[in-house]
Amino acid sequence: MPQSSAPIADRPKLPLLLLLGFTTSTLILIYGARLALFVAPTEATMGNVQRIFYWHVPVDFGALLFPYVNLAGSVWLLTVRNKNQAQAFMADALALAGAELTLLYTSLGLITGMLWARPVWGIWWTWDARLTTFLLLWMLYAAYLILRRFSDSGQVSMQTATLSAVLGIFAAIDVPITFMSIRWWRTQHPAPVLTGEGHLDPSMVPAFLWNLAGWLCWGICLLCLRYLLERRRQRIAEAEALRSIDLPLEVLR
Amino acid sequence: MTFLRHTASHLAKDLRLEWRSREAINGVLFFALLVVIVVSLAFDPTSNPTLAREIAGGILWIAILFASITALNGSWLREQRNGVLDAQRLAPSAPSALFLGKVLANFLFVSVVELVLAPVFAVFYNLHPLGDTRLLALILPLGTWALVVNGTFFAALSLRARSRELLLPLLLLPVILPALLGSIQATAGVLTAELDAGYINFWIRALLAYDIIFTTVSLLLFGVVLNAE
Repeated sequence: MPQSSAPIADRPKLPLLLLLGFTTSTLILIYGARLALFVAPTEATMGNVQRIFYWHVPVDFGALLFPYVNLAGSVWLLTVRNKNQAQAFMADALALAGAELTLLYTSLGLITGMLWARPVWGIWWTWDARLTTFLLLWMLYAAYLILRRFSDSGQVSMQTATLSAVLGIFAAIDVPITFMSIRWWRTQHPAPVLTGEGHLDPSMVPAFLWNLAGWLCWGICLLCLRYLLERRRQRIAEAEALRSIDLPLEVLR
Repeated sequence: MTFLRHTASHLAKDLRLEWRSREAINGVLFFALLVVIVVSLAFDPTSNPTLAREIAGGILWIAILFASITALNGSWLREQRNGVLDAQRLAPSAPSALFLGKVLANFLFVSVVELVLAPVFAVFYNLHPLGDTRLLALILPLGTWALVVNGTFFAALSLRARSRELLLPLLLLPVILPALLGSIQATAGVLTAELDAGYINFWIRALLAYDIIFTTVSLLLFGVVLNAE
């Protein structure tokens, strides 16, 4: 595909703030890994396997947080799409970034959960309510991305943005159902460690909190990066569209 | 009041069209029957009544689900012919009236199919329900409504996409899975009488809540989907 020189010339560098954010979150994650692997005490009944908890739960927090980014982008898009086209495309980029981050974090949550479940429960997977709803969350945002892929014509299209925003709202309604399911249904998943009857030993708290901070910080940086990338793709597609309108005139000349 | 009148006229139009062609009902009925027969080949339910009771709820809902998806795919196509959908967009009536009329029509079609299918099902699966079968008169409509209201909505949403016949189940299934789970659990609970009455009540209430939430959201957002461009 021939690249037009004008939009590429002002090729934006990776913002310094974002670079700083990625460095910080990597450092926090390394420190968190050290705390989780060497400092935190070994759990009494599960042994070392329990240490995966320090990554599994922060990732699940992220997986329950990023759908709201998608929802915010979707609602924002639906409110401004008839008034302010430029802002609507920003909202669409935000919604897309939120959906992809959700898919990434739910995948990581499911994988770490399975790695934990195999030694502790003796099975990789069980159709317990919490697991099922988490898988459902994964499927909803996979469906969201499939809808975008199917209705995308390679152009910047408000139709794709609007339709996927509608699906984003439907999917977000499922998120609270996921969160409440642990109390609604009988479940094999460990009771909520932070709010339920089981509690986290004070010596384990630092490792958990540092990892939570690290995963959230890293996720937010990745979200910003994906947003900027999508904005850039939109600008290039727009420039292409404008150029193809100009083309016949050039031929005539 | 005008809203209800518009909804009624949309419903009447859909019923009249269906009465003339009988495409949806015949197609759905035959498809559901085929699913029931194919599954019975796999499990041989007549030789084992206990097994039949346990799996019948799931099979019934799978048959209804697959069959309604085939019908829902077609339900907006007849609006696309001759640019009817564009005319609907220009019409001064509320878009949600068009949506509600179509949902009611689809709900009636699928309900008729269920009424025909239920006795056939009982015969082919040698089914002797142990629980209170009157509850099924509550569970089936609630589950069907959840299926049809979301199905009609997502059929409209995927109308403009490439390969829409494939897209509809991909979007519809994740969204209706909670409702499907509730319907299957409640139906199996009634058939086997192994589930506590309180649990069945819980699933019925959950289905009702699901129906209310998703009907509201669909009615609110249908205008956006219809006018998306």
